[in-house]
Amino acid sequence: MSVTANTHIADDHAHDEHAHHHQQTFVTKYIFSQDHKMISRQYLITGLIMGVIGIAMSLLFRMQLAWPGQSNAVFGALLGKWAPEGVMDADVYLALVTIHGTLMVFFVLTQGLSGTFSNLLIPLQIGARDMASGFLNMVSYWMFFTSSVIMIGSLFVEAGPAAAGWTIYPPLSALPMAQPGSGLGMTLWLTSMAIFIASSLLGSLNYIVTVINLRTKGMSMTRLPLTIWAFFVTAIIGVVSFPVLLSAALLLIMDRSFGTSFFLSDIFIQGEVLHYQGGSPVLYEHLFWFLGHPEVYIVILPAMGIVSEVLAVNSRKPIFGYRAMIASILAIAFLSTIVWGHHMFISGMNPFLGSVFTFTTLLIAIPSAVKAFNWITTLWKGNLQLNPAMLFSIGMVSTFITGGLTGIILGDSTLDINVHDTYFVVAHFHLVMGISALYGMFAGIYHWFPKLFEGKMMNKNMGYVHFWVTAVGSYGIFFPMHFVGMAGVPRRYYQNTAFPMFDDLTDVQVLMTVFALITACAQLVFAYNFVHSIFYGKKGPKNPWKATTLEWTTPQEHIHGNWPGAIPEVHRWPYDYSKVDENGEYIIPDQDFVPQTLPLQKDEEELQH
Amino acid sequence: MTAFLIIAVLVLVAIAIWQMTKIFELSQVRTGTDSSEIANDSDNKINGYLLFAFLIFIYGITIFSFWKYGKLMLPEAASEHGGEYDYLMLVSMALIFFVQTITQGLLHYFGYKYRGEKGKKALFFADNDRLEFIWTIIPVIVLSGLILWGLYTWTNIMDVNDEDDPLIVELYGQQFNWTARYGGEDNVLGQANVRMIDINKANVLGLDESDTYAEDDVIVKELHLPVGRKVNFKIRSQDVLHSAFMPHFRAQMNAVPGMITEFSFTPITTTDEMRQKPEIIEKVKRTNEIRKERAANGEDNSDPWEFDYILLCNKICGKSHYNMQMKIIVEPQEDYDAWMEGQKTFKETVMVDDSQPTTDAVETASNGQ
Repeated sequence: MSVTANTHIADDHAHDEHAHHHQQTFVTKYIFSQDHKMISRQYLITGLIMGVIGIAMSLLFRMQLAWPGQSNAVFGALLGKWAPEGVMDADVYLALVTIHGTLMVFFVLTQGLSGTFSNLLIPLQIGARDMASGFLNMVSYWMFFTSSVIMIGSLFVEAGPAAAGWTIYPPLSALPMAQPGSGLGMTLWLTSMAIFIASSLLGSLNYIVTVINLRTKGMSMTRLPLTIWAFFVTAIIGVVSFPVLLSAALLLIMDRSFGTSFFLSDIFIQGEVLHYQGGSPVLYEHLFWFLGHPEVYIVILPAMGIVSEVLAVNSRKPIFGYRAMIASILAIAFLSTIVWGHHMFISGMNPFLGSVFTFTTLLIAIPSAVKAFNWITTLWKGNLQLNPAMLFSIGMVSTFITGGLTGIILGDSTLDINVHDTYFVVAHFHLVMGISALYGMFAGIYHWFPKLFEGKMMNKNMGYVHFWVTAVGSYGIFFPMHFVGMAGVPRRYYQNTAFPMFDDLTDVQVLMTVFALITACAQLVFAYNFVHSIFYGKKGPKNPWKATTLEWTTPQEHIHGNWPGAIPEVHRWPYDYSKVDENGEYIIPDQDFVPQTLPLQKDEEELQH
Repeated sequence: MTAFLIIAVLVLVAIAIWQMTKIFELSQVRTGTDSSEIANDSDNKINGYLLFAFLIFIYGITIFSFWKYGKLMLPEAASEHGGEYDYLMLVSMALIFFVQTITQGLLHYFGYKYRGEKGKKALFFADNDRLEFIWTIIPVIVLSGLILWGLYTWTNIMDVNDEDDPLIVELYGQQFNWTARYGGEDNVLGQANVRMIDINKANVLGLDESDTYAEDDVIVKELHLPVGRKVNFKIRSQDVLHSAFMPHFRAQMNAVPGMITEFSFTPITTTDEMRQKPEIIEKVKRTNEIRKERAANGEDNSDPWEFDYILLCNKICGKSHYNMQMKIIVEPQEDYDAWMEGQKTFKETVMVDDSQPTTDAVETASNGQ
């Protein structure tokens, strides 16, 4: 960032936050930066690194599933003592599954996705100089970084990392004698997550305050792009539900270290009776899923917001049913907090509660269906610019539908009985929240790369290859997986060889693993493209996708305060694509979009829905 | 060998990806358009066609999976409520595939049909109340139907009661095996708690020796059920969470330390009848071919297999979670009675003499640990 630009802002108008404009050092610019654009990059890169580790782990255990108990040089090299003679140990299999889940759900898809794009887009799209509190924003990132380091550090402890599944249900997670991962590894897991939650809360509060208070003149709530609505509501869900996970983690820490019995009772293990009395593991499940279910919406809502925006821009059409889209985000957010029990139909909780949760769960399908139909209608009669971001958005709608539909089966308490905790569930949530949210993230990265990295663009051809291989591979992995689940194969089995009834499924396992390996290769193309483009990417035009929103009115170079002059004023909603007057002519001649900053023309109807 | 195959496949994939990038690049050279990173007409055209091809891929993989893997799914339910379960599943699946086929079709077809061209005008279409009402109300109606049906079935299945003289059986989970306990002559289970476990006396389930109901309890490692009689399961765990999963009966319930959970079903098909079913005969044949091949290669898990019902653990419980199982045998009443006749009661095995544990019971009880 240039000093001149800074003085320029300071001269131009007095905005009190940035009264001190001394020269930035390397440390304040790249490390302890309080600038939302830099923090956004930090989140993105940290998230991507965690993603690489998480995906690599999934490849390891997929190989174990396809070729159970076989010696493999890769295992020997990567797992060391946990793969004696190259054969993966059963405990480390569970550890890999656990850490894969934790990394992907929390570190990649929660903070990696919403941390990156909330930070980048909230100030830029609402017309603000920065987040409400740049300092808290910086603290939030560094807490996230600390928790990432602790989580990765836990991989290197003597007895191995946490291995009780990403849901860490006690008593398994509470008793070090139940499995080796429940010792120091679990302590580090809980510490890391406690810091992570604090980071997430600081971030979320900042996003909420910024969206409410710092919108530029004319930017009413109903003129916000859907991305902002999604980030805003996501932050609210986070603030409502993450503290409950923190309390669950703290109570679990107390059970583990201070002899309380919140979640434990009547336990006899390794030849002795433990003192715990009166607690209930089901209580933990309630607390966990009170966060855990909203969490999947924390993951998917930002992706939905990004997809809505990218689809509209590249279809050269307004998003269909803007108000319905907002209403469905709000409905999903509300319902998401009262459906947690559908993870617990057969946990031993009162079956009547199961009925209530079935009811609320199937209700949530309605706003989700509305969103899917609205996206499809947005494409109808458009002029689709099939950029990589657009393809990923279409792909997201596809996987969201495929994965979402099987939710109707899992959300039905009756049908859940026999598919609960089988591969059917694994296939369902990987498609509906894993792959879909990743597609949303990729769409965001391809689309806003020029905003993240000062006008540089990613190579589109590598983008196309990345998309098509990933799209085919994802279905190749997860579609057949439903059948494995319906054959009754439970998840988190180190190998299925102990049950002859699963022998004839070995072929399917091999097929899924091969697809997983191929899909992972395609991510290398992305990684190369990403890194290469940061340094050598071609600079595109200032507004490469011809979008209406405010972020494209800022200069390509990152400057503190975002706009060199006054903050632009907003006069219309963000979806005036291909809008025509009575004569069928574009509002601005020869331009199929009208920027939000352009005042309504004479006789122009606002037509805002 | 597999490692080599994997490497070979990966190398080929890498080459394929590299070639694909080339093709995309060449396609642009040919049309002589600009080299910007924004999609141009030729990109739109190629990717539009690819979207259409992808739709065919989705339909294709669906048909392929059903054709190839459909037969791998669980056989017809062997419990009374299982029939209702399967029917509800079938209807839900049919509905899902109907919606899936249509929505994926529209999504990808629009992607192909409306691919961008320079100068083409998109339709400014921001809103339509009627359309939105239709696609809100249709899911509402369909889901209401499914909810009501599901809840009705759920209430019936989860209503564990003592009508029709059910057989009372305890399923007891511990790392990493299952134990079953029958109420004996009186069909009443004696009191038990982990604090009364006495390994030295082989009282591994912690039965209360002063409870007279416990005396005739029968503790076994193989679950036998008489066909046609309702069974009420009382499920316990002594250490961590487990889940008693009996997929052939469409039955599952978690085992939670500190509480007793319940599930109830009526088995309607005996193990022998099940073995006679064509789909099972087919599956056994398929499986034994695989196992024969393993035997030829000198690998493990190669003994010939005969179909049996099975109780699995379906909640992550530690290292050997993947091998925590118990065989279930459903048989006619006479066979069941004969089998039960041969079992020893708690009184006979554990309560005989405080100083001398019966070796029998120790063996049975610690089997599989």
